[in-house]
Amino acid sequence: MNEETSPSHDRRDFLKTTAVVAGLTVAPGMLLYGISEAKQDDEAVSSKVRWGMLIDTSKCADGCDACVTACVTEHGLTEESTPETKAQWIRKVGLRDKQTGKVHSLPMLCQHCESPPCVDVCPTGASFKRADGIVLVDKHICIGCRYCMMACPYKARSFIHETLENQKPYSPRGKGTVESCTMCVHRVDDGKQPACVDACSKDGHKAMLFGDMNDANSDLSKKLKEVNSSVLRPDMRLNPGIRYQGL
Amino acid sequence: MKKNISYRIIEGKHPIFFGMLGLSTFLILMGLYAAYNMEHQGHVITGMTNQIVWGMPHVFAIFLIVAASGVLNVASVSSVFRKSFYHPLARLSALLAITLLIGGLTVLVLDLGHPDRLIVAMTYYNFKSIFSWNIILYNGFIVICVIYLWIMMERRMQGSKPTMGLLAFLWRLVLTTGTGSIFGFLMAREAYDTAILPPLFIALSLVLGLAVFLLLLMFFSHALGERILQRPKILLGVLIGAVFYFVLAYHLTHLYITGRHGVEYFILADSGVYTALFWGGYMFLGTILPLLLLYHERFTHSRVSIGFACFLSILGGFSLLYVIIIGGQAYPLDIFPGMEVISSSFFDGASKHPYTPTGWEFMLGMGGIAISLVLTLVAMKILPFLPANLTDSDIDPEMLD
Repeated sequence: MNEETSPSHDRRDFLKTTAVVAGLTVAPGMLLYGISEAKQDDEAVSSKVRWGMLIDTSKCADGCDACVTACVTEHGLTEESTPETKAQWIRKVGLRDKQTGKVHSLPMLCQHCESPPCVDVCPTGASFKRADGIVLVDKHICIGCRYCMMACPYKARSFIHETLENQKPYSPRGKGTVESCTMCVHRVDDGKQPACVDACSKDGHKAMLFGDMNDANSDLSKKLKEVNSSVLRPDMRLNPGIRYQGL
Repeated sequence: MKKNISYRIIEGKHPIFFGMLGLSTFLILMGLYAAYNMEHQGHVITGMTNQIVWGMPHVFAIFLIVAASGVLNVASVSSVFRKSFYHPLARLSALLAITLLIGGLTVLVLDLGHPDRLIVAMTYYNFKSIFSWNIILYNGFIVICVIYLWIMMERRMQGSKPTMGLLAFLWRLVLTTGTGSIFGFLMAREAYDTAILPPLFIALSLVLGLAVFLLLLMFFSHALGERILQRPKILLGVLIGAVFYFVLAYHLTHLYITGRHGVEYFILADSGVYTALFWGGYMFLGTILPLLLLYHERFTHSRVSIGFACFLSILGGFSLLYVIIIGGQAYPLDIFPGMEVISSSFFDGASKHPYTPTGWEFMLGMGGIAISLVLTLVAMKILPFLPANLTDSDIDPEMLD
């Protein structure tokens, strides 16, 4: 009996070792593959890419605010403030069609317009659009005039009304400046998805699809080609990067 | 034959002078204290929010800026339109243009989230932003008015006066167009997004400027003739009518456009304080009453009536600016046309965004007015801006052209 057990042990050990060695060999390759997908630090942002999102309002659950919570955690939007003065980069909105009575639930965030009015009106160039379509505020040169807030048709921006503490290093914020959704640019540059999109997927709703609108092979582009989607305030002709399905 | 106009400085020994200087200095200190607190603690101490992003300081600032461009009109009428009747008043007019503008800009800058970064705004220009243009227009206006004043005061430069006057006149028209365009260009907000705002602001500037000018003239001139007030009085009435015309055209256009019925109903009937300020403040106190005081046979000859009409038209203009600037923001944005907002954490479904200005905002605004006053008083003490005599006997029939 003993003679029989011994080779069996050997086989098991052999399989274990093989699995570990194989894992150790393949994992870095997988990791490198992931990194190669991300933008290199010294690589300039390219206009060949246009980051965007498709939000399926039929999948967005009423009462779920996983995207909002994820944004608050990711960017440290945790300051104590009044509802009127608190920064909100993403918010949940419930809508009812006045004519048909159909009810919708959707997340509202900076629409990352192709022709952003906030960028047009900013006197110092603090509001700017990256080549890849992400609209940002350079908090170091924002003078806090709030003209961008007056100009934004989506009320997507917040002014910081009080002193902030414990800001995240990758998401600079400060009193007296205006801010809005950055489309989690720090994550996107690392080849990841925005925190809200991840949270929505983790919760199983999968109402938010993020990707490159310029890449015909991206899941987002394929989906956009397949389904009917619309933008908010199309009359403004701002061509937002955020599109809604089912609205 | 024309008389030579002589000018005087204010003596500056009268208790009223010191009283005004003292009060203004106190108000400036209060304003600076408010600005310090707004920067130190943040705008949370004001009534401004993420919904009402521009508040009381902006009403004060725009009031002063608009009045500054309008007050120069007296000098323009004198040198551009060659009305010799206004010659003696041109210096004071250009001085007030500078001082009012400095007061207004100070309020605007001190309300910024980062006034310490003003250098960024002064050194980088986004030429698609009307704000950037305004920075150039405001600074340029001050420079032009200083040169204009020098030309008016320097005997050798008299020949250049009409040219400089014309430049200043054109510049001020562009400047007020720029100020009106700050709102006119805001396509997202229904109360704005209209090309009628720049001309409305120009008309309003002429009323505010002339009213401020006449009040100060009445205050500082010991012997002011009754007849000398007759002409600007008529002009003030015409200008009040011009503002009313633009306001009427603005609202009629909005009432015609179905999509804007909501905002019209809001301002004209349903917004509480803004409705009250529009009808009571602007229409009644700022338009009907001054017109009555200026034109009704019973009041028209009284200097008190004219002074009161000036004061009321300033009050009316201020009310109108409040309704435009804050009322326009209080009406919620229509982000989802055709939809009713049933839930939102960011007040998307509100029927009206509330706003109550705090004391800090008034302190900052009053500080701006006080800065204008102190600068004017000090300048009048140092240099001769005021005509020495403005009695009726000083104005010969020729001058009443």
